[in-house]
Amino acid sequence: MTKRMGPDPWQEITTGCVVLRPGSASEYHTGSWRAQRPVWNNQKCIKCGICYVFCPEGCVAQTEDGYFKADMDYCKGCGICAHECWPRAIAMVEEG
Amino acid sequence: MAKRVGMEVAIAVAEAVGQCNIDMAAVYPITPQSHIGEHLSDLVADGRIDAEFVTVESEHSAISAVIGASGTGARVYTATSSQGLMLMHEILPIASAMRLPIVMGIANRAVSGPLNILNDHSDIIPQRDSGWISIFVENGQEAIDVSIQAFKIAEHKDVNLPVCVNIDGFQLTHMVEPLEFPDQALVDKFLPPRVPYATLHPDKPLTMGAFAMSDYFTEIMKAKDEALKNSKKTILAVWDEWAQMFGRVYKPVETYKAEGAEILVVTMGSMGETAEIAIDELRAAGVAVGLVKLRLWRPFPFAEIRELLTKAKKVLVTDRAVSFGGPGGPVCGEIKAALYHEASRPAIYNYIIGLGGRDVPVTDFIAMVSKVAGEDAAKVVDTYEFLGVREQ
Repeated sequence: MTKRMGPDPWQEITTGCVVLRPGSASEYHTGSWRAQRPVWNNQKCIKCGICYVFCPEGCVAQTEDGYFKADMDYCKGCGICAHECWPRAIAMVEEG
Repeated sequence: MAKRVGMEVAIAVAEAVGQCNIDMAAVYPITPQSHIGEHLSDLVADGRIDAEFVTVESEHSAISAVIGASGTGARVYTATSSQGLMLMHEILPIASAMRLPIVMGIANRAVSGPLNILNDHSDIIPQRDSGWISIFVENGQEAIDVSIQAFKIAEHKDVNLPVCVNIDGFQLTHMVEPLEFPDQALVDKFLPPRVPYATLHPDKPLTMGAFAMSDYFTEIMKAKDEALKNSKKTILAVWDEWAQMFGRVYKPVETYKAEGAEILVVTMGSMGETAEIAIDELRAAGVAVGLVKLRLWRPFPFAEIRELLTKAKKVLVTDRAVSFGGPGGPVCGEIKAALYHEASRPAIYNYIIGLGGRDVPVTDFIAMVSKVAGEDAAKVVDTYEFLGVREQ
């Protein structure tokens, strides 16, 4: 369970659970759900960006050298990038 | 004093909503609600009210559209019946969790199957736990009055909850009744513009309807339950204000000749007026019987029910819906729960009546009371019976 980020008692729940501060979803690190992590083998990577296109979390980004990596704060380890990577440059590796 | 006019109740409900300065309505047609939506769209098309009427492709879309509009701070209205309400079911608890003051008219109708278009309460009962304030009306005048009151209750800063107004389909919606519309100037005074607790606006970003897991969900449900229970104070205050301004008194539970009654009959909705005639005849024949009419279904008026019903020896609860395989009628189940902890409890008899539009005349009420008053009545305690069901 991720760290609680708001008020404890029910009395402090805002009316309608409205979140008044924008952008707070980024504080919820869905990476804590991950059981496997994607590992890129840049020897095989052709920089096509299909991992970036298919990542449902939007957490894959291109680095300065043109290769790709995932932001591990948000990567849930779904494996879609590895499944879509046709040069087979991404391996899903067990966490832990 | 406003003058009386003869008008079909569904049309009158749309006229009353038209007096409430709504910004937007989304209604999908379904018998017997359709005349409300049709007339409301006429009011918009004819330029009589300045509002958007969104023609949606289903009731699921209707309730979703009014949620979106309500989130922007608009005053919104929708209406439906039966299958339409069932299609809204998924969205109803979201409206209440988001604390959006939506007002919905329900022309109560039996749910399928078999397909039936006539009146009973099997459409609203499955929505019982959706977190909406739920009010039943007994006649056309109440339908007008409560439709207007509903906006004030829903939008009150201590409430911020959706309200549904239950209007028995056909029995009420399609009757032409003598009705009195409140003066527009008084309605404007009674119902000031909505002041939303938050609005969707690009200049002030915020999130409505966010995700919440087990670390928050219990607290949110507790807050919702407290909000609904707490709304009763505002409902009572709004009804007091209405009585002062318009002279018609509303209470969570109404009584008729209940003083000194040994047997109390309980009704909810339009059957109350039929039951009153039966009470008159029974009283004239020397039977100590009175009537208790439930107006507020949610939040359930536990205190009023306890106070009234513990004075009687026998209570005859009528239900217009069935909790299949359960305790019988849903209203009776609530009443039993309300009385369980009382030291002195009346015997309770439950009749399921008027399903799918079956007529319940005065003579049926007299027959039910006579049976309950009789010596062999003890046999039916804690059970329920389908009134007049044909047996082999």
